[in-house]
Amino acid sequence: MLAENIWRLANPILPGTGRGTAAEGGGGGGGPQVTRPDRLPLHRSSSGPPPRSGEDAIVFVEKLNNAMRLTALSRAAMALGLTPDLTLADARARVPDLVALDRDHGAEARLLARIVTGCGRYTPMAAAEPPDGVILDITGCGHAFGGAAGLKADLAARLEASGVTAVCALGDTPEQARALARFGHRGKDLLALPVDALEADPAVTLALRRAGLKKIGDLASRPRKMLAARFGDLAIRLGRLLGEQDRHISPERPRTPIFALRRFAEPIGRIEDALACLEELGHEAAQALLERHEGGRRFAARFFRSDGAIAGIEVGTGQPTRDPALLIRLFRERVDALSDPIDPGFGFDMIRLDVGQCEPLAARQDDHIAPSRHEEDLAELIDRLSVRLGARRIHRVQPENTHIPECAASPCAPSKAPAWDSPPEDEPPARPLRLFDPPQPVGAVMSEVPDGPPMRFTWRGRAYTVARWEGPERIAAEWWRRRNRGGRPRDYYRVEDADGHRFWLFRHGLHAEDGPQPDWYLHGQFA
Amino acid sequence: MTCESPPLSARRRAAGPVPKIALAQAEPVAPLSRFALGVPRLDATLNGGMAKARLHELWPAAPDDAPSAAGFALLLALKAAGTKAIVWIEQQGRQGRLYPPGLAELGIDPARILFVSAPDEKALLRAAGDVVRSPAVGAMLIVPAGPAPLLDLTASRRLTLFAERSGTTAILLRTADPHAPSAATTRWQVAAAPSRALEANAPGAPVFALDLLRQRGGAPSYGWTLEWDRDRACFAPLSRNLAADAGGEYLAAG
Repeated sequence: MLAENIWRLANPILPGTGRGTAAEGGGGGGGPQVTRPDRLPLHRSSSGPPPRSGEDAIVFVEKLNNAMRLTALSRAAMALGLTPDLTLADARARVPDLVALDRDHGAEARLLARIVTGCGRYTPMAAAEPPDGVILDITGCGHAFGGAAGLKADLAARLEASGVTAVCALGDTPEQARALARFGHRGKDLLALPVDALEADPAVTLALRRAGLKKIGDLASRPRKMLAARFGDLAIRLGRLLGEQDRHISPERPRTPIFALRRFAEPIGRIEDALACLEELGHEAAQALLERHEGGRRFAARFFRSDGAIAGIEVGTGQPTRDPALLIRLFRERVDALSDPIDPGFGFDMIRLDVGQCEPLAARQDDHIAPSRHEEDLAELIDRLSVRLGARRIHRVQPENTHIPECAASPCAPSKAPAWDSPPEDEPPARPLRLFDPPQPVGAVMSEVPDGPPMRFTWRGRAYTVARWEGPERIAAEWWRRRNRGGRPRDYYRVEDADGHRFWLFRHGLHAEDGPQPDWYLHGQFA
Repeated sequence: MTCESPPLSARRRAAGPVPKIALAQAEPVAPLSRFALGVPRLDATLNGGMAKARLHELWPAAPDDAPSAAGFALLLALKAAGTKAIVWIEQQGRQGRLYPPGLAELGIDPARILFVSAPDEKALLRAAGDVVRSPAVGAMLIVPAGPAPLLDLTASRRLTLFAERSGTTAILLRTADPHAPSAATTRWQVAAAPSRALEANAPGAPVFALDLLRQRGGAPSYGWTLEWDRDRACFAPLSRNLAADAGGEYLAAG
């Protein structure tokens, strides 16, 4: 068993920065080393000691407990006396020219995944030990490299060549290898490791230290029953570390794509037959999905014509599914909705169905007493409509954080459940049911006073006399969002004419003593 | 030959046995349930309330009354849907869009409504057929952009049959009086009516002037004026001459 422990503290390229520092540039051997961000200050203050490796003091910072703290450091930074958990302000006080970058855990995880994939050259049993380790089960794999030690040397060389600083260790169990890599300091003696190597709860480790048990050797000679009674799973951890118990690692296996295909000795010439065949393929794909406890979100069917042309149609669903009946219904909808129907020509000689995107979907038993399938039925309906009309034509609406009436709502995906505030009680509706966007100009507005409510207006060539009104509700432009101060304020009035039609009118701008009078617009109609 | 075969098969499918099977299947029709509008005399006229799982048809008395008709249709949908979803299927090209904050102000949570926009009348009708067949939908509003000649007796009969089987209430919101036969259970003409003024002569809660022009198994009834009470989520009768109306109630009760 070989544990490879990537030293995050010492590795300047591991945390990606999103600034082109070649976070993933290492890759497959002999790749580029860390590239320096050009814009960062690289000159060194004369007072500080020069770093040993000749690199810059780079630290990666994260916000922990509301303070920017260093969580990963380059070797040069460590040589300057900086330590993890130091606040960035303190570190800057000590080293003014510090290059501080935001830590990117996503890029680290991606790099780790690449390393795990690369370790497939040594053994199929390779697994990631997040956040910064890789564990390989090399049982029976060493002969190609001249034994386990040769394999370790090869791996170390490859990692170094690709710019990854790593510590490799061999052990009988995964825990042993891990402890030796992380706490061994290149030593091989298990019993000399500190009790931290058990990686138990910090409180347990502290209790052991207080009891004077500082090394694994101190614990190994104790009766296990006593340890189990006092510290719970510590006995198991100790057993695994000492190689008395073994645990199997779960290696990362590449996921095979799910597809089903059918070839025909004689090309088939009817679309109906092709769809019937697609239905059978749907059953096969559903079986494969069921075995993996997954459902597909995206399905692509391809019809290979005997003259080489390939017609493809694709359907997507809002929720993972493996129901062949639903699938074929969606495909039929899609085929019906095609503006350019599929032309079978001289016939199809192969039909293939690919499941493009899978998501976990557990097997489920229906409730026979009260089958409540409303949400699924609704999701199915949404899928059908979006296949036929296009996904953009089906939507819900979500509120937006703005006062500007025409921007107060925006469409969102039908699967979302946006939260709307309920209006205050005992008030008439303050917003119209129908909104005109853009607002419609109204003419011949008469007011009793220049900045008062409208008394009479014409819209679409019809004159309206205002019987009741309320206002104004002034809505100012969002000057903080636009550079040109956003435009004029609007004074909104709710008005009702003699017949009961209710309108939402606004005066665009303020009344001025001299100069043009502000325009009036109709923005909406109330129910 | 290659360009002829797809239309042929498409036509065969379109005229094929699918709708006939759907109609001929002996599916159990849900027992007729009704929802009350909250106005006892109008509910009595309607034999106990508006029928759920049926098609109802509404249109505005004049183009200016279109928002009132839409509002009344949405409120009917709200009362019919219960806890299930409401689907608003609109044909592209209508002037003025439904304004979600205005829905919230009427007491209809906009998050409950699924908005569907159809490019033309045919797509509108097909989408409506899909939606009305889904048991997950409580109420569906079909909103054509124009006179909608395709929504004729046959189409409305189909929608009614689908609604009966799935339990979805379908509401067809026309732009004008269709003058055409329809299988809708009730047909309403909706207009705006002056509201009860609040303090300082401010417009009050929405008021609808309704004419029940036709109902299946009942007499038409004209001249209803209902006010929507958002906080109690029900309609209340309102008359222009409030005192006389109260006197009439008193006489009827006495």
